[in-house]
Amino acid sequence: MYVAVKGGERAIDNAHAWLAEERRGDTGVAELSIAQIREQLALSVARVMAEGSLYDPDLAALAIKQARGDLIEAVFLIRAYRTTLPRFGASNPIETAAMVCDRRISATFKDLPGGQILGPTFDYTHRLLDFALAAEGLDPAPAPQVAAPDGALPHVTDFLAREDLIQPEADGPATPRDLTREPLDFPADRPLRLQALTRGDEGFVLSMAYSTQRGYGRTHPFVGELRIGTVAVEMEIPELGFAIELGEVVLTECETVNQFMGSKTEPPQFTRGYGLVFGQSERKAISMALVDRSLRWEELGEDNVGAPAQDQEFVLYHADNVQATGFLEHIKLPHYVDFQSELELIRRLRAEALGDQAREAAE
Amino acid sequence: MNAYNFAYLDEQTKRMIRRAILKGVAVPGYQVPFASREMPMPYGWGTGGVQVTAACLTPEDTLKVIDQGADDTTNAVSIRKFFEKTAGVAVTEKTGEATIIQTRHRIPEQTLTEDQILVYQVPIPEPLRFLEPSEVETRKMHALEDYGLMHVKLYEDIARHGEIATAYAYPVKVEGRYVMDPSPIPKFDNPKLESAALQLFGAGREQRIYAVPPYTKVVSLDFDDYPFDPSKPAHPCALCGAEDSYLDEVITDDAGSRMFVCSDTDYCAGRRGDGA
Amino acid sequence: MNAVQLEGGFANLSHDAAHAFRAALQAMARPGQIETLDMARPPAPCSVAAGALLLTLCDTTTPIYLAPSHDDAGLRAWIAFHTGAPLVAPEAAMFALGTWGALCPVDRFAIGTSAYPDRAATLIVEMDALEAKGAVLRGPGIKDRAALSLPEIAAFQDNRRRFPLGFDCYFTCGDRLAGLPRSTHVEG
Repeated sequence: MYVAVKGGERAIDNAHAWLAEERRGDTGVAELSIAQIREQLALSVARVMAEGSLYDPDLAALAIKQARGDLIEAVFLIRAYRTTLPRFGASNPIETAAMVCDRRISATFKDLPGGQILGPTFDYTHRLLDFALAAEGLDPAPAPQVAAPDGALPHVTDFLAREDLIQPEADGPATPRDLTREPLDFPADRPLRLQALTRGDEGFVLSMAYSTQRGYGRTHPFVGELRIGTVAVEMEIPELGFAIELGEVVLTECETVNQFMGSKTEPPQFTRGYGLVFGQSERKAISMALVDRSLRWEELGEDNVGAPAQDQEFVLYHADNVQATGFLEHIKLPHYVDFQSELELIRRLRAEALGDQAREAAE
Repeated sequence: MNAYNFAYLDEQTKRMIRRAILKGVAVPGYQVPFASREMPMPYGWGTGGVQVTAACLTPEDTLKVIDQGADDTTNAVSIRKFFEKTAGVAVTEKTGEATIIQTRHRIPEQTLTEDQILVYQVPIPEPLRFLEPSEVETRKMHALEDYGLMHVKLYEDIARHGEIATAYAYPVKVEGRYVMDPSPIPKFDNPKLESAALQLFGAGREQRIYAVPPYTKVVSLDFDDYPFDPSKPAHPCALCGAEDSYLDEVITDDAGSRMFVCSDTDYCAGRRGDGA
Repeated sequence: MNAVQLEGGFANLSHDAAHAFRAALQAMARPGQIETLDMARPPAPCSVAAGALLLTLCDTTTPIYLAPSHDDAGLRAWIAFHTGAPLVAPEAAMFALGTWGALCPVDRFAIGTSAYPDRAATLIVEMDALEAKGAVLRGPGIKDRAALSLPEIAAFQDNRRRFPLGFDCYFTCGDRLAGLPRSTHVEG
């Protein structure tokens, strides 16, 4: 005798208990601390902060621990937490020209005021597994130090702007729309597109950017400048009548300089793509700049060649990995009711089709 | 969970959702954009329905949650638990006792009353989406009441298959104006869309809310010579014998033996009189 | 700011708002059905029901127009304190509050666009009496026919003619509330 499946609640509780056990792993191995994750998996923490749209390294580290290292799951935990937070106000725009840079490179000039600062980069490491790391307890020797450069480092594009060689960027609307508080609609202006890209999935934005490099809407980018460092966040306090510093954030900023031969509406000049991401996230910042530039085809009077990275609906609707993974994974849920209706339809259509064939064969 | 507000959402978010629901009610079948929030459950798992339910719940409500018609499917259990925890509301499996019913993919068999609200979880709210992927274009079509694309699709089905080859999420026209996706309910359920109950639809990931007020005219799209047919195969339920309910097909052994049982577990249990 | 402006809000914010919304939802979903909404204490001339609607639906993101009948300093301060909603001209309002006479001409209010018919105003019309008799209502939310003591007929017929565009109305009197969405057909 068939008995309908029952006990969903107990199954869920048991699954959660098992998950908790698996998350901890072998209890004979020391447990990870939040501080360890924050300090030693800093680039994972940066990614979770960027795509979670919440700058809090400790919470990001906690999310990574809870998610067993699944970064999209960690991003999801941060987003779900973020959305419950009250909003006290908006900060002043941050000033990246005043960034205290750990890294600052330009591909367009051999040297420039402030110099090229390589910083803590994987770029010239040989990708050889370092087996010495497997033996724990070996702290690296301190890196050599130099005095920080005096004053702020000017943006590379400022030099091009002085000669009118690069398109000036008009000021946008005073208060940009907030992607997390208003439904997305189209056409999406650049501030909204940049918001979507900076919290978009790194893999998706990377692949979109890569597709433009391979010819799907080519944008001829040079990395005008890539800088990583610390920026102060300030907020205007009406009662005080001036701005106070709330703290500092680490950011990665990329400005690309793109060849532009001119169009019906614009003279030949260089144009920009822009990327700005929480934490040290240079792959993401560069990708974002390429995709940003690609999405600007309309305002620059370029042709739409039908490339995916030119289609703002396509890019913006599919960049969010929390949305994407939720919808993708929802097909695990029971669908037996719609499947049943489909099953009956296919059986009926099949019977009719086979009947037709049989009749034709008989004729 | 005590750190969270009644029914989880903060009051500002609820106001935003409530305004969207009211506009949805005022323009039946039109998809109102709303700033859907990230919920503590994945997109695609009922976040739209959950937000609508959270905005409508009062502490005195009795909530029923079904998935595929059943109260005991895991996601239904999970959502019901969420509201027990965050809103402290009473829950029930009995359709007749519920004041709000959140559903995925079914309309209960028992006729709903004026005192009930049915909240649907919707994956893709745009009925034209699989014919035209661009939101900008489909919005234009709704604005111009240009549903030619849909009629062409239905007509091509008939030309190719001799019938409209849509078995679920069968499109409807609401109050003679908007073509609407009723969510992936089997077309068997379409006639029940004309109801005494208020029906609200929430699509979280797609950021849309829409509504069918009580007694609103809801017509399944068809042609005069190929009228809409909501029928299902004529099996009775193997458990309760019902011939008027939608049935799940269950494979019972390795030889592929099968039986058909009610998808609406409360309806089936009620007919069997065991009150389970 | 005096005590009156600080008082009269919801005693239990989330529960009162939930009850008020449920009544507002039922009223909009069932035109002509009269609901009770008694959980707010706004200053005169705002009715108890209209005050509850404002507290339930309005905040800093929803500009409100106060018609001359309700453009009162005490009420302004109460709205500012409890909702933070900006007060604006009729054309820019998402919500408008006043007597029917003071709200007229109603063609000043947003009726949405063909792409976004939801971007339309909601009028909260304060009435001297509100009863389920008078104009005959048909349409979504109404089983056969309903009746409501509307302040006039023609304006609502004009509004229905533009469907799916149009404004939506609440009628309030004391703690009584009724709704009239743009989808309702009105006959004298």
